[in-house]
Amino acid sequence: MAADQPAQRGSEAVAGGPQALMSVRGLGIRFKTSHGVWQATRKIDFDIAPGERVGIVGESGCGKTITGLSILRLLPNNLAGLDGSIHFDGTDLASCSTRQMRAIRGRRIAMIFQEPMSALDPVFTVGHQIAETLRVHTGVTREEARERTLDMLRRVGIASPERRIDDYPHQLSGGMRQRVMIAASLICGPQLLIADEPTTALDVTVQAQILELLRDLSETSNTALMLITHDLGVVAETCTRMITMYAGEVIEDAAVDDALVRPLHPYTSGLLRSLPHLSPRHGKLPSIPGRVPSIMDMPNGCRFKARCSHAVAGCEKEQALLDAGNGRKVRCWRFRELDLPGALQHAATAPIAAMVTSP
Amino acid sequence: MTPQAADNAIVSVRDLQVGFQTTDRRAVVKAVDGVSFDVRRGETFGIIGESGSGKTTIGRALVFLLKPSGGAILHNGIDPLAMPRQQFQSHRRDYQIIFQDPNAALNPRMTILSSVLEPLELARAGSKAERLQRAHEAMDRVGLPLDLGERYPHQLSGGQKQRVVIARALTLRPKMIVCDEVVAALDMSIRGDVLNLFAELQRDLGLTYVFITHDLAVVSHISERIAVMYLGRFVELGPTEKVSERPLHPYTQALLSAEPRPLPSTMRGNNRIVLQGEIPSPIDPPSGCRFRTRCQYAQAVCAEKTPDWRELMPDHWVACHFADRPNFSPN
Repeated sequence: MAADQPAQRGSEAVAGGPQALMSVRGLGIRFKTSHGVWQATRKIDFDIAPGERVGIVGESGCGKTITGLSILRLLPNNLAGLDGSIHFDGTDLASCSTRQMRAIRGRRIAMIFQEPMSALDPVFTVGHQIAETLRVHTGVTREEARERTLDMLRRVGIASPERRIDDYPHQLSGGMRQRVMIAASLICGPQLLIADEPTTALDVTVQAQILELLRDLSETSNTALMLITHDLGVVAETCTRMITMYAGEVIEDAAVDDALVRPLHPYTSGLLRSLPHLSPRHGKLPSIPGRVPSIMDMPNGCRFKARCSHAVAGCEKEQALLDAGNGRKVRCWRFRELDLPGALQHAATAPIAAMVTSP
Repeated sequence: MTPQAADNAIVSVRDLQVGFQTTDRRAVVKAVDGVSFDVRRGETFGIIGESGSGKTTIGRALVFLLKPSGGAILHNGIDPLAMPRQQFQSHRRDYQIIFQDPNAALNPRMTILSSVLEPLELARAGSKAERLQRAHEAMDRVGLPLDLGERYPHQLSGGQKQRVVIARALTLRPKMIVCDEVVAALDMSIRGDVLNLFAELQRDLGLTYVFITHDLAVVSHISERIAVMYLGRFVELGPTEKVSERPLHPYTQALLSAEPRPLPSTMRGNNRIVLQGEIPSPIDPPSGCRFRTRCQYAQAVCAEKTPDWRELMPDHWVACHFADRPNFSPN
């Protein structure tokens, strides 16, 4: 099988250095439609280290989900054009054949989605669906697959797995279904798990359980996690690094604490400011004026400038993702002169401060 | 039982029960099982709970989209179900409801203006010119440019569509609006705008809101009082500051601690209570206290006896046997 072949190391200069598990460079997705070609994302650059937990945040339409899908090459080739490279452990996923990708998906990179019910097949037992991944990729015997499935169900915290393994998806609750999805995605021991809004459909008490599980499993098995979400709270609780996207571009890339305490991009700061957690109770909530530009009509230069209170002459020039030191990157040429408020400043007058500091 | 309503109550709910028969007709799911509260005129009353707690059922019952199977709902001290049919119909205009998904609430084949006009036409309010004027006023009120009236829902953004739904609810000049997850489908940068609009309309028009949501940050931002719901019952009710900063019920405490906070690690603290398991089925709820199966403080008495709904501190109600024990709070 292709996955068992030695990785094509050294065939190209691997971006991101030897410490990166995955290096994405210049990734862009073009959708071909009857109205012409639409550039959905462009110039996406980021690295993920082995075992690292990275959050990709942004609002709907910013391109975070299709970036996740494009890494696994799940976008249809005839409709979506792919630019740039995705170096994963020595292999460029962007130039892999369909066959090579099939050996990678589920085994070395796995993905879970928002709605576990639509990801699970209602006519097969959950045990069958978890074991399927294992049997396709490793060819273990039926008995061994069942043994390892039971073990995996135990690890994701499902009570009495011997009974649950033969249940159908409809017999499980929403939280248990997402646990089953996590079991299926991790059973082959992938190096990277892409989770696209894995807790958005779940209740807050169940969400806390699932996020804790993802964090623990990622730590104990050294699986890198790429967590796609719109919820800055989820990223703060789960990840160590946060990549913010806006209108199809990466606009900030920093350690979570750094980005929350001192955001460098006006959009990141504006997002933090608009959260009700960080505003005085009953006060007027700050918002970002205007709307995300349409994919059909992207402005030149900085894509946020029409909504940005710090925009000046010069923002209409193309913006590069600049190195801001300490492993931080930002797509704003004014980042050195701007002193933008972060969560601490916003929270100073907010109820959340009282909640956190209460004994 | 003769229900008594407080003077300033626009809605009084007494021992409300709403049941649904299962499809095999063998059991009744008590989605709401014995809830009592008043909504005060001009306030925002928040109801928070997880899926299956019955919060949406309460919201629908408040405007009589669902018929209570027990108890009473009084509007301004009067039972609307006792009204003659015609009077009931016109009474309902004062009590509106707005839902989560504006796409489902707007007819895709009707223009925005005809959607906003429709309630006025059904109510046969005024002349055609007056109706048009009131529709325009409502659109203007929520910040929608009038030229959007000619467009169709698919040509508008999510935030604009939610504004259309709000404008439509305003046309009949209601006294109270039930808002069921009205910002859940909106992006975070737009959410603030819509919440601000609700606050502004309340101030200017003297509206009362019942704000139903699963989002703690939203509900504690906008509400004066919050009720916490679990498996068909209220477990806690009190002023927002009290409930969100000094919760009395173990479920409220767990709910608050489970919320992911957008704060750096040094500020988050590690007093999280992770609840085991999920909300039990309302077909066969646990005996006694319904939260006991997931409660870390549960004792034998919790299975035997349903905790009383008691006012432990002024205006702060709770249903827990142990809420007044000094060492009970994990804080």
